[in-house]
Amino acid sequence: MLTSSRFPDPDSLAAAVVDKDRPALARALNLLDDKRPEARRRAARLLRLLPQGRLYQSGHLIGLTGPPGAGKSSLTAALITVWRRRGLRVAVLAVDPSSPISGGALLGDRLRMLSGQVDSQVFIRSLACRGEFGGLSAEVWPMSLVMLAAFDIVLVETVGVGQKEIDVSKLTDTTVFVAQPASGDSIQFLKAGIMEVPHLLVVNKADLGSTARKTLAELRATLKPAGNDNDWQVPALSASAARGTGIDELADGIEAHRAWLLQREQLGSRRRRFQAEWLLKRLDEEFGRFGVEALGGFPTLLAELSGSEDSPFELYDQLQQRFLSNWQGGLGGSRFGAKDVGDGE
Amino acid sequence: MTREKPESNRDQPWLMRTYSGHSSAKASNDLYRTNLAKGQTGLSVAFDLPTQTGYDADHPLAHGEVGKVGVPVGHIGDMETLFDQIPLGKMNTSMTINATAAWLLSLYIAAAERQGVKQSQLQGTTQNDIIKEYLSRGTYIFPPEPSLRLTTDVISYTVNQIPKWNPTNICSYHLQEAGATPEQELAYALSTAIAVLDAIRDSGQISGDAFSNVVGRTSFFVNAGIRFIEECCKMRAFVELWDQLTHERYGVEDAKMRRFRYGVQVNSLGLTEPQPENNVQRIVLEMLGVTLSKRARARAIQLPAWNEALGLPRPWDQQWALRMQQVLAIETDLLEYGDILDGSPIIAAKVEQLIRGAEAEMERVREEGGMIQAIETGYVKRQLVTSHTERMRAIEAGRLKIIGINSFTETAESPLTTGSDSGIMKVDPAAEREQIERLRTFRATRNTSEVEQALLHLKDIAQSGENIMPASIRCAHAGVTTGEWSGVLRNIFGEYRAPTGIDISTSKMAGSDSVANLRERTRKTGEMLGRPLKILVGKPGLDGHSNGAEQIAVKARDVGFEVVYEGIRLTPEQIVKAAEEEGVHLIGLSVLSGSHLELVKDVRNRLEKVGLAEVPVIVGGIVPPEDETNLKAQGIAAVYTPKNSDMNLIMADLVDIIREANGLERYHALH
Repeated sequence: MLTSSRFPDPDSLAAAVVDKDRPALARALNLLDDKRPEARRRAARLLRLLPQGRLYQSGHLIGLTGPPGAGKSSLTAALITVWRRRGLRVAVLAVDPSSPISGGALLGDRLRMLSGQVDSQVFIRSLACRGEFGGLSAEVWPMSLVMLAAFDIVLVETVGVGQKEIDVSKLTDTTVFVAQPASGDSIQFLKAGIMEVPHLLVVNKADLGSTARKTLAELRATLKPAGNDNDWQVPALSASAARGTGIDELADGIEAHRAWLLQREQLGSRRRRFQAEWLLKRLDEEFGRFGVEALGGFPTLLAELSGSEDSPFELYDQLQQRFLSNWQGGLGGSRFGAKDVGDGE
Repeated sequence: MTREKPESNRDQPWLMRTYSGHSSAKASNDLYRTNLAKGQTGLSVAFDLPTQTGYDADHPLAHGEVGKVGVPVGHIGDMETLFDQIPLGKMNTSMTINATAAWLLSLYIAAAERQGVKQSQLQGTTQNDIIKEYLSRGTYIFPPEPSLRLTTDVISYTVNQIPKWNPTNICSYHLQEAGATPEQELAYALSTAIAVLDAIRDSGQISGDAFSNVVGRTSFFVNAGIRFIEECCKMRAFVELWDQLTHERYGVEDAKMRRFRYGVQVNSLGLTEPQPENNVQRIVLEMLGVTLSKRARARAIQLPAWNEALGLPRPWDQQWALRMQQVLAIETDLLEYGDILDGSPIIAAKVEQLIRGAEAEMERVREEGGMIQAIETGYVKRQLVTSHTERMRAIEAGRLKIIGINSFTETAESPLTTGSDSGIMKVDPAAEREQIERLRTFRATRNTSEVEQALLHLKDIAQSGENIMPASIRCAHAGVTTGEWSGVLRNIFGEYRAPTGIDISTSKMAGSDSVANLRERTRKTGEMLGRPLKILVGKPGLDGHSNGAEQIAVKARDVGFEVVYEGIRLTPEQIVKAAEEEGVHLIGLSVLSGSHLELVKDVRNRLEKVGLAEVPVIVGGIVPPEDETNLKAQGIAAVYTPKNSDMNLIMADLVDIIREANGLERYHALH
């Protein structure tokens, strides 16, 4: 049997991650992936120890998504080159599907993200999505946060078509959708409202010429102009990862969206909301719908979690404790009432 | 000997070659002259991987690879040494060279000129088929588009300047190694030929009349497997399809120009490490597949040595391979008859079936947008990986029988492999150091300003789109190195990483209880360790033979591992960075070039530096037994060679290695 001595110490790990220590970041990611109860306790503490200011005010969380074969990994590689030239440090979380049959996965994205030089300011972790219903693994959010503690940019790359892939927009500041030239799918999804509109659209493989231009024109036609100054006007860009063209413009567009969020003070509030949603999902996983109801129900908890100035992980622990003590304190129905829970501790 | 036919009535035998080259230009020159003295009628040059992928011997990626799978040729001095006392005006030389074909041909031309031989007198072949490199062999450098331009430059140049040169040898050989069925082999080779010929036609470098010469000089390099009847039929199908294609698509009227001309290396994929002496009869039977039918007979044959699955063949092993050809061509009555397969309805029906299958697959490639597109989208690679996986599954399930592997495995000890050299040749470990010393001396003694001028000119030409050859020949004479020539083009064309094709679907059927059992072991062990088992599969060094690594990756995914596959041509530094970032439970390294000792040591040292010494490392490839002992002494958890053909056992072992490294007990044996 394994002993707890094999689990890393969250306090020193958090300090090392903030210090941009690469092996420590790798160990932190392993810990966040670890399902054993002791590991989960330590992971919660690790997250709590990360500087909250950094997690909610700085850095940039970017989601890059699109259908298979659109060239997302090559585009990521090209973006990394631009960001590095601008002096930014980049972490990538590359999410690939798992085989529903074997549970295994082939994680081949790094292959296309490699450049000739080994750059210690770039960190790439591949993650299998492990058949999670709704698309993305539960690990994506905490892993992104830990990466954000050590890097300027965290890019989450996901695959899929339609609504599922856009799930990444519930975890990131800025969502970029990569469209494949001559594939009408994404346009159909956008038109039909099946797919939530991303913050940036980019048609890759501009080197294909007229087919790429045609797709770009069709995408532009589906986009509505911004209603007023408070609306973000979604740009549709074209780029070629193979030729390296349009990449600077894409990076500029991504940065412009971040500036827009900051200006409207939405960066922090968005992240707090994602955080709250993720915590709720975890509570739901652990205690089921009944447990969530017992703690006050989704809307109440969501408001409580996203409004709090404390670390939401702290709150999560409190909620967990509250539920367990209610449970252990007796099985009377009233103890699970929303009123009790609302009193707080 | 009354039945002997007079010499004049016999057909001319094919060109007999042996694919060889190792250590240094000097050592290879000695070997070539010995082989020619033994009756070899042509030369087949094997270049080492740095030369094939455009690196000088002192580049970090070349470390451990110099002189391993072939001869290092870094500049004109090496090329002159390689052909010292071999009159290039009379020799027929085949060069297995692709990404850097234009460069090595330039060096060859320059070396010939220094022997006083005009380039128009030269005879031989440059393989110069970059397309299959993306699919199987892996020694590509540039993206498909500029690669194809280099290919067409060589073709246009030689058709005008070196009329007896075969500028491109379109290879179906490596497709079979990568798992292609005969139909796929036919379809992809012919689709490749279409891509190349279309590109030349569209480049405008060749006038209308000369185009049939281009078609006439296009040759093929084919594989011959153990199913030799089918192989005979495959070759006859090639002849018919090519005749038809060149007539209909390219309007070649002269039937002579539509002849399907090809060279052969018989199959190495089917050669076994257990009971390696059986490879002799396999090689002989495979040779029948490409010689029996006169209408579809090979123009040139090179045979592998019986011990290729064990390591590098010795001169004696190569002599044995040559003697097999000589016995067939000289002693038997094969060359006294017309086509002995004409008129057989069984053969005709099989040929017809292969043609239909090939045409259907060619149609699918057309639907993908042609061969280049079909490669870029990963379509062809996926088809090949699927076929290869199917073959491995058939061997595993015993549906495909291989003597010594999954049937008749009992054997007496072989006297062939028990000698002091274990039956293989070792490259002198000093070869790399000496090559680097020679390279540095050469660099120090050349005229620097001439080199710089020649490189600037090369750069201009590469950007302008003019034919690359004259500028490259100028570079060769000026003393430019292989790394410098390639470096200029890398800067302009960029570097490419090809699709891996491993994104094929998981086998739905567990296939056997073993697979179900393995999935359970993988899942349970993952749960005990807190997260799914994750492994890294990588190929350090320049060796591009990725089939083994890809099969391991696909199989591991099939039994439930999360597999980070990084592809080919990685430095140990890149592999260790990936292992660190990915948090893997195990690292698998695949090396087939013989550089395992150097590369593995480098990886292990670097793992230690980043605090990952605990992560178990396994090695797969062609590893001689004493190297295996050496690797295990260095702490390598397991070594898998071609004799470990049961993939389920390897997978079970991987789970156990991870368990042990994490303080868990091993499972019981799988079967």
